[in-house]
Amino acid sequence: MSVETGIAKIETKDLDFYYGTSRALKRVSISCHRNRVTAIIGPSGCGKSTFIRTLNRMNDVIPGTRIEGTILLDGKDVHAPDVDVVELRRRVGMVFQKPNPFPKSIFDNTAYGLRINGMKNKKELEEVVEKSLRGAALWDEVKDRLDENAFALSGGQQQRLCIARALAVEPEVILFDEPCSAIDPIATAKVEDLIETLKTRYTVVIVTHNMQQAARVSDFTAFMMLGELVELDVTEKIFTNPASKLTEDYITGRFG
Amino acid sequence: MKKMTKKKIIQGIGFFALRAAMALVLAVLLLFLYDIGKKGGGALSWEFLSQAPRKGMTEGGIFPAIFGTFLVTLITAILAVPLGMGAAIYLHEYARQTRVTRLIRLSIRNLSGVPSIVYGLFGVILFVNILRFGTSILSAGLTLGLMTLPWTITASEEALKTVPDSYREGALALGATKWQSIRTNVLPYAVPGMLTGTVLGLARAAGETAPIMFTGAAFYLPYLPKSLGDQFMALPYHLYIMATQHHAIQQVRPLAYGTALVLIALILGLNMTAVVIRYRLRRKRR
Repeated sequence: MSVETGIAKIETKDLDFYYGTSRALKRVSISCHRNRVTAIIGPSGCGKSTFIRTLNRMNDVIPGTRIEGTILLDGKDVHAPDVDVVELRRRVGMVFQKPNPFPKSIFDNTAYGLRINGMKNKKELEEVVEKSLRGAALWDEVKDRLDENAFALSGGQQQRLCIARALAVEPEVILFDEPCSAIDPIATAKVEDLIETLKTRYTVVIVTHNMQQAARVSDFTAFMMLGELVELDVTEKIFTNPASKLTEDYITGRFG
Repeated sequence: MKKMTKKKIIQGIGFFALRAAMALVLAVLLLFLYDIGKKGGGALSWEFLSQAPRKGMTEGGIFPAIFGTFLVTLITAILAVPLGMGAAIYLHEYARQTRVTRLIRLSIRNLSGVPSIVYGLFGVILFVNILRFGTSILSAGLTLGLMTLPWTITASEEALKTVPDSYREGALALGATKWQSIRTNVLPYAVPGMLTGTVLGLARAAGETAPIMFTGAAFYLPYLPKSLGDQFMALPYHLYIMATQHHAIQQVRPLAYGTALVLIALILGLNMTAVVIRYRLRRKRR
């Protein structure tokens, strides 16, 4: 389903996903556009996290899973045999539910993606690290202690560090998998502001169980239930005048 | 109120039982060390550590046995450490978790429980006879290596298990290859645990008698091993001889206790090394 016209940055067509024999996604078709934030909402277990993890093929690492249907990045099938999954994941960055900094220094965390891609020049590394930390609105808080272990940061700072780490490799799409579910409201507000600014440069997809959050940050909202896409529309319309009775029941808090 | 007291009494009994168990174990261990220390301490001297046995092993020292044990443990390490760590990394990080991998893992666990004499006999057949390495320090080292492998693999796999999946996923999500994520984001945090388990396995190997007595250890040698094809003297085997096979058992008893003391000190030293390695590497990460 697509609301906006024009070519989607990343889109799925009739996506099915199985964990063993249990079907987690049923013919899900969602388009996400450049410079837009697309939020995926729905009750726990509706498949929203599974969905977002298919977009950078993170589910590949889970044994016993199977995928059917198509995922197109710039119109090209991400499962095509000539697609390098490593390169795909560099282009489609991901921020996880729980902040997962590596047990390294703040600098090394931010530079991780650059180093594995072969950047060695210290000056260059320093430049990109600063740019990425600024991009994640973290620079002012950590500029004097880049050599400290990332675990010394607060949960919200850790999550912004993970965002900085993702920005450093210059992705085109950034996936957020419930990025605020493990951090406090003030930190959440910071991450939300950040998402707002990120959309000027990237395609952003965010999974959230927090409906207010979806309403605040997204341009489009997709409502999923039991592995199916119920409705995808302009966020304002979803929250004021949804087409489906199910969506209305969910956003008004009648279940979920 | 009454119930409260009953709960507390039960708790008191529980704690007492646990403390008693701990104290009992500690008492036995201390008594054991005290006994060996008392009876063997007198034999210890620089001469005892640095000289070869003399006069039918009724005098002199145990240097060739210390040297032999050191060398054979080195060969054990060269076989068991890289192979064990490699196998563990493959099993835990790469192999798909199928019935076959589970069977392999179960077999490895079982192998670590096989009596060491069985490894000794296997070593005779494989290394001494089939591969024609003869009764040599090489055959003995390889036999001990085989015996240590299951320990190394199991310990290394346990160490890999303690590394959170989020480190792996985080690296992959940034465009790391699987090997990059393992090398930069898994191994650095697993290696201290891997080394600890490995050194403990080596310490066990260093103290074994059965696997080496048919494969390379000698009753007495007037020279130190010069090549991998030579036989060697080893502390545990020397102790076994001094304690049970010597023609003048009563006379050499202090020497036997002295040997036991040195062997225990050596193994304690190895185990301490494991602790130090782990401590150092952990601190470096902080």
